[in-house]
Amino acid sequence: MGLKEKLHKLKKKYEGKKMAPAFNALHTFLYLPNETTHGGTHVKVADDLKRTMNTVIMALVPCLIFGMFNAGYQHYLALGEIQAAESFFSANFWSWDNLWVGLITILPLVIVSYGVGLAIEFLFAVIKGHEVEEGYLVTGMLVPLIVPVDIPLWMLAVAVAFGVVIGKEVFGGTGMNILNPALTIRAFLFFAYPTWMSGDKVWVHGAVERTKEIAAGAKLDAISGETILGSLAQNMEPAYSLWDSFIGFIPGSVGETSKLLIILGALFLIFTKIGSWRIMLSTVLGALVMGLIFNGVVDAGWIDNTSKFYGLMSLPFWEHLLVGGLLFGAVYMATDPVTASQTNKGKWIYGFLIGFISILIRVFNPAYPEGVFLAILLMNVFAPTIDHYVVQGNIKKRKKRLKLKTA
Amino acid sequence: MSKDIRVSKGLDLRLKGEAEKVIVDAAQPKTVAIRPADFHLITPKMAIKEGEKLKKGETVFYHRDNPEIKVVSPISGTLTKIERGARRKILSITIETDGANETADFGTLDVQSASPEQIKQRLLESGCWVFVEQRPYAVVASPGKTPRDIFISGFDTNPLAVDLDFALRGKEKEIQAALTAFAKLTTGAIHVGVREGNSVFNNFSEVVTHQVKGPHPAGNVGTQIAKIGPVNKGEVVWTVKAQNLAIIGEMLLTGKFNPERIVAVAGSSLETPKYIRTQIGAEVSSLLSVTGLKEDNVRVISGNVLTGDKISKDGHLGYNDNLISVIPEGDDYEFFGWNKPIFDKVSTSRAMTFSWLNPKKKYELNTNTNGEHRAFVMTGSYEEVFPLDIYPLQILKACKVKDLDQMEALGMYEVAPEDFALTEFICVSKQPHQKIIRDGLDLMYKEIG
Repeated sequence: MGLKEKLHKLKKKYEGKKMAPAFNALHTFLYLPNETTHGGTHVKVADDLKRTMNTVIMALVPCLIFGMFNAGYQHYLALGEIQAAESFFSANFWSWDNLWVGLITILPLVIVSYGVGLAIEFLFAVIKGHEVEEGYLVTGMLVPLIVPVDIPLWMLAVAVAFGVVIGKEVFGGTGMNILNPALTIRAFLFFAYPTWMSGDKVWVHGAVERTKEIAAGAKLDAISGETILGSLAQNMEPAYSLWDSFIGFIPGSVGETSKLLIILGALFLIFTKIGSWRIMLSTVLGALVMGLIFNGVVDAGWIDNTSKFYGLMSLPFWEHLLVGGLLFGAVYMATDPVTASQTNKGKWIYGFLIGFISILIRVFNPAYPEGVFLAILLMNVFAPTIDHYVVQGNIKKRKKRLKLKTA
Repeated sequence: MSKDIRVSKGLDLRLKGEAEKVIVDAAQPKTVAIRPADFHLITPKMAIKEGEKLKKGETVFYHRDNPEIKVVSPISGTLTKIERGARRKILSITIETDGANETADFGTLDVQSASPEQIKQRLLESGCWVFVEQRPYAVVASPGKTPRDIFISGFDTNPLAVDLDFALRGKEKEIQAALTAFAKLTTGAIHVGVREGNSVFNNFSEVVTHQVKGPHPAGNVGTQIAKIGPVNKGEVVWTVKAQNLAIIGEMLLTGKFNPERIVAVAGSSLETPKYIRTQIGAEVSSLLSVTGLKEDNVRVISGNVLTGDKISKDGHLGYNDNLISVIPEGDDYEFFGWNKPIFDKVSTSRAMTFSWLNPKKKYELNTNTNGEHRAFVMTGSYEEVFPLDIYPLQILKACKVKDLDQMEALGMYEVAPEDFALTEFICVSKQPHQKIIRDGLDLMYKEIG
């Protein structure tokens, strides 16, 4: 008797029992179920939600792998043990030592994120008696990519539990939530543990530990890993070139640094028709427009270089795309179909405002110069309102047609 | 008069097993069955009892709420069985042939000189009225209302669909008679949608012909209504299926109800898919014996694979259908079916699915759902295959939450369940769109009427 038959017998055994959703989740992971259509269309398209979610994960994997190498690279670079990498294929970057650091720091993040999140998903599925939905497959992958590398695991676990329960399950699970769960988790971390989410010490593996050792009296050099945005917000010249920033050889949240790989991921998502190109494009446009406005303010001489906003306002508008998490947010977070606008017209407005507000927050928030996640969460809340007005347009057209008829 | 319509959104679903264009005569069926479910929202009240005899064209049952609307027997013989389901709902009525072929005669009617009332009366008493459907609500037309327009689609773009040109050739006289009659029943026009090169329907008088271009659902009458003149609140339009138009016309000309129909028996599970001359309600087994079955584990569908009804191998052809589709059942597991590259199934995405490489390829699809039922997640994909100026996701959600005001505002009067067949086909959440719309329409019919 093959595995297929054994599992089928087990499925029959569990049918109608409390644990059935948990078993089915594992079973359907191995085998596409034997379910057939009844009523409605007799044939169905090849895609299901698992395949859809899996496609997003595939687009994220390069960012994760790059993030692992980058964790080690930033660590050893800050310690002064290696030279800066010159090109994308530099051996200084793609080394086993770097990967090892990435494995021991980032894999635990992935495991905690999936472990805690999926456990809660299974629990809710069993309690409520519905199948385990696939939404968390993507969320669980996004979470480790948008946090600093040294975030304590217990903090992550608490945040994931909060994000999944309050951000999603209370609304009824995948498809019903208002806020992007991954960003809810990040927002929780940001407001609950701000010292671990911002500043110049959290972005490089070992920096926090080193600070503590120095405070305890050890005679060592401090490790600093200021992000480009951090430097600009303090009106300082960033320590990295634009090219580094494009390739991703910079400190930052785990997966957001390589703009190159994010753009490749975006192209993959657009090609597979899983990600909305409308949202990605309009977010970039919104950011560029806001950047241009700030550049205009600087050019008009309304502020000078003594202003604390000067550093970020004077940044050439297009360079905003290359620093911080804007692109990552635009490609992987803003496009979440559940929390984004659901009409095609609405997507343009929604994306544009995300880009626009991201740069606004970035420039005017002195404590924490990154606004993408806040902008997306804000627009998540407004997405239904945008859709409402877009749909009203269609409704008005219908009413007008009726009036013409009866007039 | 001819106007062009271009449908840009949609999807042609190409399946293996198209019917070969030869017409074979099926044996005279021993039994026929009528399923009241073919006439949505008609509650049958039986006109005769089990064991009683009736002629072809005599009433089997009528509508409880409006006895004028009748369904007549497609055969002469004895009513042998009334199958009932829960709460004694009639599921099917079986009539066994007596071989005599006695036919009720309603008398001929000169359609040129007949008054609208005479025509309506004749359609009602001959049982042909049930062939007239109306929108809103996608139900059998209510005889008391005069339609704004009448819509007829002269071609079918559904998967494996009958080539109406081929199946209705030689019926031009009957169809013209029916069109002439219907022209008197509407204040507006009869709009006929035709394909380029479509021969049968291009040359009728007293109609407005529209050349329709584009992929499925270009052939759905709902798509054509949406492009020509969508239904507004308070209006009624009628639709008649082309194959039924021929039966109506023949009844008007000869006075006799002739249920004969050329049916395509098609699908990848058949040895030799063919066109077969048979009749309404015929046993499917008599048709399958002509085409032969390749395998045993099959789904037999009266109608097409998107909107048809599942019937068993010893079931019967539906009252309005001109297609029997037979495809393999998909009740098997597929190892890692959710993430491996897929070449042999249709997909509108490119998520490791490769049907975009070869848009002309024909597929052998089975009935597997290819995934489990989920909440609505993806957005923007329905719009790519939905040509109506309606927000499909929003109207589906309005139906699910039974928000009557929103349903009305979003265009519920314009739609029928079949308009949502393609969105249902491509839905990654495997939601039953047609059922959601049907339930929504039924609710509106009950609440607003």
